[in-house]
Amino acid sequence: MSDPTPLSAADVAKVAVLARLNLTDEEVERFTGQLASILGHAADLAALDLSALKVTEHPLELINVLRTDEVRPSLDRAEVLSQAPAVADHRFLVPQIVGEEG
Amino acid sequence: MSARRIAAEVAAGNRRATEVVEASLAEISTHDGELHAFTEVHAEAAREAARGIDAAVAEGRDVGPLAGVPIGVKDNICQRGRVTSCASKILDGWRPPYDATVVRSLEAAGAIIIGTTNMDEFAMGSSTENSAYGPTKNPVDHSKVPGGSSGGSAAAVGAGMVPLSLGSDTGGSIRQPAAFCGVVGVKPTYGLVSRYGLVAFASSLDQVGPFAQSVEDAALLLEVIAGHDPLDSTSLDVPAPMLVDRLDDGVGGLRVGLCRDLIEGASPEITAAVTASAELLAAAGAEIVEMSIPELHYGLSAYYLIAPAEASSNLARYDGVRYGLRVDAANVAEMNAASRTAGFGDEVKRRIMLGTYALSAGYYDAYYAQAQRTRTLIINAFADAYRSVDLILGATTPTTAFGLGAKVSDPMEMYLSDVFTIPTNLAGHPAISVPAGSDAAGLPIGVQLLGPALSEERLLRAAAVIEKGRS
Repeated sequence: MSDPTPLSAADVAKVAVLARLNLTDEEVERFTGQLASILGHAADLAALDLSALKVTEHPLELINVLRTDEVRPSLDRAEVLSQAPAVADHRFLVPQIVGEEG
Repeated sequence: MSARRIAAEVAAGNRRATEVVEASLAEISTHDGELHAFTEVHAEAAREAARGIDAAVAEGRDVGPLAGVPIGVKDNICQRGRVTSCASKILDGWRPPYDATVVRSLEAAGAIIIGTTNMDEFAMGSSTENSAYGPTKNPVDHSKVPGGSSGGSAAAVGAGMVPLSLGSDTGGSIRQPAAFCGVVGVKPTYGLVSRYGLVAFASSLDQVGPFAQSVEDAALLLEVIAGHDPLDSTSLDVPAPMLVDRLDDGVGGLRVGLCRDLIEGASPEITAAVTASAELLAAAGAEIVEMSIPELHYGLSAYYLIAPAEASSNLARYDGVRYGLRVDAANVAEMNAASRTAGFGDEVKRRIMLGTYALSAGYYDAYYAQAQRTRTLIINAFADAYRSVDLILGATTPTTAFGLGAKVSDPMEMYLSDVFTIPTNLAGHPAISVPAGSDAAGLPIGVQLLGPALSEERLLRAAAVIEKGRS
C-alpha cells in the first residue's frame, strides 16, 4: 500500500464543498494542519501488508431482516412536522429547486 | 446509595419513590450549578413518575427492578417530547417524536429519568468540552475534565446526584469518563443493547451502556436495557443475560491475560493499580498470564479513519430540512451548507472533513479500506488471544483526568486518551472500567477488563472481585 500524497489546503477546501461546510481561509489553514497530523498517524497502517485480509465493515455477520408485511402505527405526522424548520401543506418546505440555476 | 437497595426498599414500601426523587433533586441543586453534568433536569416529570410508583406499590402492583431509582440519560438518547440535542447547536431545541427503546425499558423497570446529561457534541470528544452547552467539571477536582464523551453521565453518578446513568461508547466514551470520575462504566457487546433512538455517530461502533457507583448496580442496569429489539436491525437475537445473580461466583479457574499493550504508556500509578488488580484476581483463584497483542497498537489509527468516515455519512442528515437548525439561503445547497456551518462545532466539522476525505475517490483504498482491513487484523488477534485466556486486564486510560482546556487545541493529543479503549469497539466486544484507587493528586484510576462477545457475566464477576478486594 503506497503512502498517499500529503494533504494540501486545496484538498481541504475541496472536501469542505463535498461535506457542505463553508470554511474561512483561516479554518482551511487550521484544519489542513490538524487533519494532516491525524492522517500522518495513519501512516503506520499504510506500512502494513494486509492484502490477504478482508475488510470488516461491521462486527456482526449481518443478515437482512424483513418484518411481516402488515400495517403498523408509525410516527405521528403532526409531531414530526412540528420539529421541522419550515413546513407547508403537511410537507417539509425547502427553498425552490426547480426553475432556478445552480 | 445503591440503586438495588433503593429499588428493593421502594418495592417493599419501606421508602417512598417521591422521597428518593426529592433527595436526588436536592443533590442536583447543590452540586450541578458548579459541575454542569445535566443539560436539563426534569423535576416535575420525575416527581409525577415517583408518585405513580408509590401509588403502584400501595396497590400491590409489580413496580420493576429499578423502582423509584433516579437516572440520568445522555443527550443523544431520544426522549419523546424532551429536548435531545447531542449537545449540538444543530439540534438545539429538537424534541424527538419517539422514545429510544432503552428509555422505554427504563420506564418499564420503574426507573425515573431525572435529567438529561451533558456530552461532547455528537459524542465526538474525550473531555465533554465540545458541548454547545459548555463543559462539565470533574466531581473529584473541579479544575479537571470528567472525560468524555459521556462526561455528564459519569459526573452525575460520581458526584452522587444519581445512582445510575446511561451513556454511549463508540471508542471509549463510557469507560474513559468512568475511570476519570471514579465510577463503574460498561461498554456492552455490540448488539446486546438496542440502539433504536440513539442518535448515530459511527454505526459499526456505537453502543449504549451503564454508569453506576458499584459493579452490582451496573449489572442491574445492564440487565434492564439488554435484550433483542426488533426496531434495531443490529440487535442480537439472544436472551437477555442474567448478571446480578452470578456476581458473587468469583473468578476461580479463570485465566486472565495481563496485556502489556494495554498498559505500556500508562502512568506509573495506573500501571501499579493494574498490577494490584491482577493480584486481587490471583488471590481470588484466577490464573494470571502475561501476554502481548501487538496488533492493538494499530487500533487508534484505524479508529480515527473508520469512525469519522461513518460519522461523515451519518451526519449528512443534518441538512436543515427535517429537523434542527436552518439558516436560509438562496438555494437548497447553500441552505444546507449555511445550516451545517452554523450548527456544527469545530470537532464535528473536523471529523466530517476527515471522514469525507477518507471516503473520497483516490483515497478510499489507502485510508478507509486499509483501516477496515486493520480492523480485521485486530479482530483476528483478539480471537487468537481468547483461545488462551478468558479475560484480558489492562488500564482504561494512560493518565488520570487532565485539566480543563489542556488538550483542546491539539486534537491528536486528545485522541490519544482513548488508546486503550478503542480496540474493544473495533472488535464489537464488551469491556468494563472499574475503579482501582487514585493517584497522588487524589484523582481516580480505572482498570479495564475486556472479554470476547457476550462475556458480560464473566466480566462483571471479575470486576466485582476487584471492587470487593479494594474495599
